[in-house]
Amino acid sequence: MAKAVMQLETLTCPSCMKKIQGTLEKMDGVNRAKVLFNSSKAKVEFDESIVTKEDLKKIVEKLGYQVLNVKTA
Amino acid sequence: MIAKINQHKNQITWISGTLIIAAILSKLFHLSGLSNSFLIIATVIAIVPIAIKAWQAMIMRTFSIELLVFIAVIGAVFIQEYTESAVVTFLFLLGDYLEARTLEKTRSSLKELVDMAPQEAILLHADGSREEIDIDLVEEGNRLVVLPGGKIPVDGRIVKGHALINEAAITGESIPANKAENDRVYSGSILDNGYIEIIAEKVGEDTTFAKIIELVEEAQESKSSAERFLDRFANYYTPAVVILSLFVFAFTRDLHLAITFLVIACPGALVIGAPVSAVAGIGNGAKNGVLIKGGDIMEKFAKVDTLVFDKTGTLTKGKPTVTDFHNLTSMPTRKLLALIAKAETISEHHLGQTIVKEAEKNGIDLSRFQITESEAIKGNGITATVDGYSIVAGNRKLMNGKGIKINSGASIYAIEREKAGNTAIFIGINGELAAIISIADQIRDDAKAALADMRANGVKRIIMLTGDNRHTAEAVANELGIDEFHAELLPNEKVEYVKKLKDQGAIVAMAGDGINDAPAIATADIGLAMGEGGTDVSMETADVVLMADKLSQYAHAFALSKATIRNMRQNIFIALAVVVILLLGVLADQVHLAGGMFIHEGSVLVVILNAMRLIGFKTKIASEAGKTDGRQREKLVA
Repeated sequence: MAKAVMQLETLTCPSCMKKIQGTLEKMDGVNRAKVLFNSSKAKVEFDESIVTKEDLKKIVEKLGYQVLNVKTA
Repeated sequence: MIAKINQHKNQITWISGTLIIAAILSKLFHLSGLSNSFLIIATVIAIVPIAIKAWQAMIMRTFSIELLVFIAVIGAVFIQEYTESAVVTFLFLLGDYLEARTLEKTRSSLKELVDMAPQEAILLHADGSREEIDIDLVEEGNRLVVLPGGKIPVDGRIVKGHALINEAAITGESIPANKAENDRVYSGSILDNGYIEIIAEKVGEDTTFAKIIELVEEAQESKSSAERFLDRFANYYTPAVVILSLFVFAFTRDLHLAITFLVIACPGALVIGAPVSAVAGIGNGAKNGVLIKGGDIMEKFAKVDTLVFDKTGTLTKGKPTVTDFHNLTSMPTRKLLALIAKAETISEHHLGQTIVKEAEKNGIDLSRFQITESEAIKGNGITATVDGYSIVAGNRKLMNGKGIKINSGASIYAIEREKAGNTAIFIGINGELAAIISIADQIRDDAKAALADMRANGVKRIIMLTGDNRHTAEAVANELGIDEFHAELLPNEKVEYVKKLKDQGAIVAMAGDGINDAPAIATADIGLAMGEGGTDVSMETADVVLMADKLSQYAHAFALSKATIRNMRQNIFIALAVVVILLLGVLADQVHLAGGMFIHEGSVLVVILNAMRLIGFKTKIASEAGKTDGRQREKLVA
C-alpha cells in the first residue's frame, strides 16, 4: 500500500473538495482518499500494483484542477 | 478544455465586466440594440464556468450554489432581463475571485510556516568534502553541516561545534537557544550564528516540523459542531430554496420575483462564515507556538471553567537542582552521593535523574560502581543494591514500607526544607536512615501572570495535582494563589480526580507534561501537553500542545479560543441577518436581482474580512512575554 500527497491549486469551494474526494475514492485500487480543503492537498492511500501516481494525477486534472506536485511515501 | 476555462476564469470575469460597461455606455447613447448584444455576450461568456461547476456538482449529486445561479440566469434571459443576467453572472464570478484572494489571507499563517521548511542540506562526506543535496535525499545517519543563516535541515543531534539557534518555527519562541554537542536540533529552526555538524536522526515526514504542519493541516479540516450543523443545513437548504422559489412562482405568477428569490436565498456567507474563523484562529495559534487541534477543540476549550495543573514541569520549570545534602552517616558525603546516584541511574523520575546529574557535576565516575539488584516503585522511589549496600531512596511512604525509622530530628529538618519549597528525598542504607536530599524546582516566570489572565477570562477554579509532598505543593500553591491542591497522588489518582470534577459538571482542562500525566490529559475535556522538543506521545494525545512550554501560551490559547468562537457566532449572525433582510426585501419588492446579488457577495466578503481579524489577534500576556524575550535577546547579543 502506497501513500501519495498531491498538492493542488488553491481550492476555494468546499464542493470541489467533495468532488475530488468522491472521484478518487471510486477509483480501482484506491483505498482511502482525503482532500484537505484549507491546505489544498489530496492524501491518497492506493495499491501500486493497480494504479500509479500518474493515474491519480490524471484523474484529478480531468476534473479540472491543477496538480502542482505529487509526493509518495 | 474544462481546466483551460477554469484557468482563465479571471480573464472571463474581466471581459464580462468590460462588456457590461460597454453596454451601459451604449445605452447612454440610446443604442439599445447594441447595448443588449453586449449584455447577451457578457452573460454567455460568464455563464460557462458557472455551468461547468454546476454540472460537475450535479454528477456528484450535490446541490451547488452555482446551480441556483445557473437556473436564475437562464430564467432572466428567458424573460429578456439581459442587464440582470449579465450583472448577476459577473458579480458571481467577481465574488468568487475576491473570495479566493481573501481566503488565501486567512490561510496565510499556515503558509508562512510551510514556507519555513528547509529545501536543501549540506552533506559532509567522510573525506571532508561538502555537497549540497536536496532535502528529500537526506537519510538517517547522514552527517550534515549547518552554516550561519542556514536552516537546520532535519531533526538530529549535534556532534561537533556550537551555535545560537532560533527555534521559532517549532516553539514560537524568539530568543535563540544556545546549543552544543549532544544537544538535539530540529528541522525548520535557523542557525543565528556559530557552526555545527549534526547526525540526522529523523528525516522527511518524521521530523517534528513536518508533524506540526500535518497536525495544523488536519486541525484546520476538523469541524466544530456549528460547522457540521451548517454543512447539514446547507445540504437541505439549497434544494429547499429551489422548491420555495417554485412556490413563489406558483403563487405570484411572477417569474422575475421567483428568480430573484432563488439568487438571494443562496447560502453563501452561511457556508463559509464558521470555517474561515476556525482556520484563521488555528493559524494564529500555530504562529504563536500553540497547536490547537481543530474547531471542535476551540469550541470546547472556550467553555472551560476549571483548570487542573500538574506541578512539576508544568507550573514549575521541571529543571530541579539539589539544594542541600544532609548526611546522617559517618561516610564521606562524596562516597554516599556516588552510591545513591548509581542506584538512581535506574530511575526514570526526574528527581532521581537530578541526583545522577548532581553526581556527574561533581566529577564522580559512576561506571566504577556495581549495581546488582534494582526495582523502581512507581510514585514512591527505588530500591537497589550498589557495591553490596542495600539502598532505598524515596518518600516517607517508602521508608515506612521498608521499615526505615525517621527520628524526630530528621523529620523536623525535612518538614522545614519542604516548607521552603523543596522536595525531601529520604535515603536508607542497610535499613538505617542515611541522608536527606533536598531538591527544588523553580516556578515558571510567567505562571502567575498567565493564571491571573485566565481567571480574568472566565476560569472559576484552578487546581493543582501533584505526586510531590504536601509541603512543597503548599508552597507552590500559595505562591501562585491556586484555589485547591492535592499532593502525593499517583497517576491513576490524578485520573480519578479529573473524573470526579467532570461528574460535578465542571468543564476541565488538564495541563501536564511527560508520559505519567498522559492518562489524566486524555480523561479531561481538554488535554494540554507541554511539548518542548515535541515528544510524539504528548503531541498526539493532547488536544492542545504548547510548543515552547510557556504558560503565557496557554493563556493566549484560551483567549484565542474564546475570540474565535465569538468571531464564528458573529459570522453566522451576519450571514443569517443578510439573507433574512434580503428575502423580506424581495417579497416586499424593494430588492432587485442585481442589487441583491451585490449585497450577497458583499456579505461573503464581510465574513471573511471579519475572520481575518483573528490572524492578528494578540493578547497582552503573549506580547509581554515577547517583550521580555526581546530584552533577553539584547542581553545575549551584548
